[in-house]
Amino acid sequence: MNKIWLITKREYLTRVRNKTFLLSTFLLPLMIVLFIAGSILLSLQGKTRHRIAVIDANGYFKEYLKSDSSISFDFSAGLDTLNYGQNGCTAVLIIPLLKEDQRTVVRLKYKKQLGLAGVSDLESRIDHAITDHLIFEKTSISRAKLDSIRTSSDIASLQSFEDNGKTARASSQGLAYGIGYASGLLIYILTFIYGAAVMRGVMEEKTNRIAEVIVSSVRPFQLMMGKITGIGAVGLTQFLLWIFLIVGLAVVAQGLIPRDTWNEVQQIQQASAMGNASAAKAGEAAQQIFKVKSALDTANWGLILFCFLFYFIGGYLFYSSLFAAVGSAVNEDPQEAQSLMLPITMPVIFSFIVMSIAVQDPGGSLATWASIIPFSSPIVMMARIPFGVPGTVAWWQLGLSMLLLVLGFLSTVWLAGKIYRTGILLYGKKATWKTMWKWAFKS
Amino acid sequence: MDILTVRDLKKSFSTQKAVDAVSFTLGKGSIFGLLGPNGAGKTSLIRMITGIFYPDEGEILFEGRPFHPENDILHIGYMPEERGLYKKMKIGEQAVYLAQLKGLSRQEATRKVKEWFVKFEMQSWWNKKVEDLSKGMGQKLQFVITVLHAPRLIILDEPFSGLDPVNSNLIKDEIYQLARNGSTIIFSTHRMEQVEEICDHIILMNKGRKILDGSVTSVKQQFKENLFSVGLEGMAGSPEELTAAGAAFDVMGTRAGQLIVKIREGYRSNDVLEYFIRQGRCITGFSEILPSLNDIFIKLVEGTPLARQFQPVEG
Repeated sequence: MNKIWLITKREYLTRVRNKTFLLSTFLLPLMIVLFIAGSILLSLQGKTRHRIAVIDANGYFKEYLKSDSSISFDFSAGLDTLNYGQNGCTAVLIIPLLKEDQRTVVRLKYKKQLGLAGVSDLESRIDHAITDHLIFEKTSISRAKLDSIRTSSDIASLQSFEDNGKTARASSQGLAYGIGYASGLLIYILTFIYGAAVMRGVMEEKTNRIAEVIVSSVRPFQLMMGKITGIGAVGLTQFLLWIFLIVGLAVVAQGLIPRDTWNEVQQIQQASAMGNASAAKAGEAAQQIFKVKSALDTANWGLILFCFLFYFIGGYLFYSSLFAAVGSAVNEDPQEAQSLMLPITMPVIFSFIVMSIAVQDPGGSLATWASIIPFSSPIVMMARIPFGVPGTVAWWQLGLSMLLLVLGFLSTVWLAGKIYRTGILLYGKKATWKTMWKWAFKS
Repeated sequence: MDILTVRDLKKSFSTQKAVDAVSFTLGKGSIFGLLGPNGAGKTSLIRMITGIFYPDEGEILFEGRPFHPENDILHIGYMPEERGLYKKMKIGEQAVYLAQLKGLSRQEATRKVKEWFVKFEMQSWWNKKVEDLSKGMGQKLQFVITVLHAPRLIILDEPFSGLDPVNSNLIKDEIYQLARNGSTIIFSTHRMEQVEEICDHIILMNKGRKILDGSVTSVKQQFKENLFSVGLEGMAGSPEELTAAGAAFDVMGTRAGQLIVKIREGYRSNDVLEYFIRQGRCITGFSEILPSLNDIFIKLVEGTPLARQFQPVEG
């Protein structure tokens, strides 16, 4: 035990003292923020305004299809399916004469794709146009009146609550989605970063030939466990630093809010507690802060943080021991590592794909089962937990998932220990998964 | 007291027998040569003694008790043939760390490392990294790390490779010193002249089996071929004439102006002397030629393809 501690300490200190540790601790969150901001920026900039020529056999669409920031409609008389491109249009919409009792195909010919969202947007605009036209034709309502009904009918806003039996707590689907996605993504990235670090560390010891010097002082299993726990501790340190960073930034941000605004926020809070959703007196800024604050309050942060740590550690132990086994089997050639890593990286990537489905449908059976099986549970379960325990994730599911993960990493550590013991001292022979299987069960 | 007893040790890897029923005993304070061509099973044998491998069969006794790797490896120092250190770690820190893994406390380890660094004039290296050292310097460091915790059994696999004569002598003297202080040394090598010089006792392995075991002198006696070198004043005549004339010996040739004779069966060395005295020749020298370990080695492992690499290089 003392020896594992010595090895852990060395692994931890050599990494934490390294400049790259500090750099990656502060650069990784920055990169994630830049990545998200960049993709939002790109998706905003990427929106081009489509100019669609319309050939309408009915004659009334001109009145209902209105141009806006994303699509402009051109009803000019001279346009046809051959010359719309020369007239600056990217697509042409051909609406034949529509009859009420018959489905008719409206065709869109394009030079430039509208994209999935663009097409469904166009389809709903056409549907609305037809509905509006029929309302005018069949009733005597005026256009102004219809518009005013439309705007004044938008008075109900949906607020969802998670039903825990005794108490119902407000929930925010958007926030749950965000936390779920972010923590799933983080575990995914950390599994790869630290798993690969374990593998490189093992390979280094093997190719440096120090492995033989060390295993004449400690058991190979102690060497492997020391490395895994040392690097895991580096990961935890990094994670805690991030938490401090976020909390620190939040405190600084709160300090920047003027006192008056803060008082207003509290007033809204009291008003909303009494069921009066909008306090008219408060300013715009206070309203916004209240919105963010009450959304953030909907999350069960304690449980999320605990589960994150649990699944991070569990997932890390599960996968890093497998990475250690691969590292021990590899000779000097990094190419070998690539092909041996595939069976480990596949389930991680698969979990990531399931995770992106799980945040959309956290109660679905794929998400549920993937969050229980230890191969994928660290990533997928973290995507589901923010949606509510025990609402979306039943207690038994969480318990079973945690138990299986513990059993899972105990068995991968055991298996990896057996492979590692043989692999770390074997040089020259190219290992395959078949030979590694033999080392694990036949020696 | 015997420090190490190995009885009927066996180890196989898939179909190959790496170590096949090897037994021997090592007395305390002796310097012991473990010889054999590549692939003879030396490394596998050493790995079992250092607790890295478990034997399939047989037993190892360490200081009379059954070998318990967890505790006993703390009293063993092993320097593998393939040297290994962390390249990016500072030398002083690394030596202390490896000594701690051998069970020394931090203070004790630091004190011992400093002591050895002074002894080997390595004090200025403390904050250097291994990647900055030359090969020979690395060897010295590796030796220090091996013996730092004052092990009772020291296993050195080719300790002199890559060392210049000055540093070789430094390490050689240290080996003698350690043996005088009661440590037992197992010395695995291909360099026969070093074995003759240093070892008291040898074991020769081939294809996983022990084929020879004994003290260096007894082994040489065992393999002697009754060859003598005779120094004579003036030429004695052609070897053919002498062989024909004398009944006691055959002349094998000359070396450095001396006759090399092989005594025939049933005769003794005195018969050779008697012959030359009777001839009225003045004898300036007479000594037995014992085979070198190298010759014995080659003779014994000849026929195995791997033995070829130990034959002396022509020219």
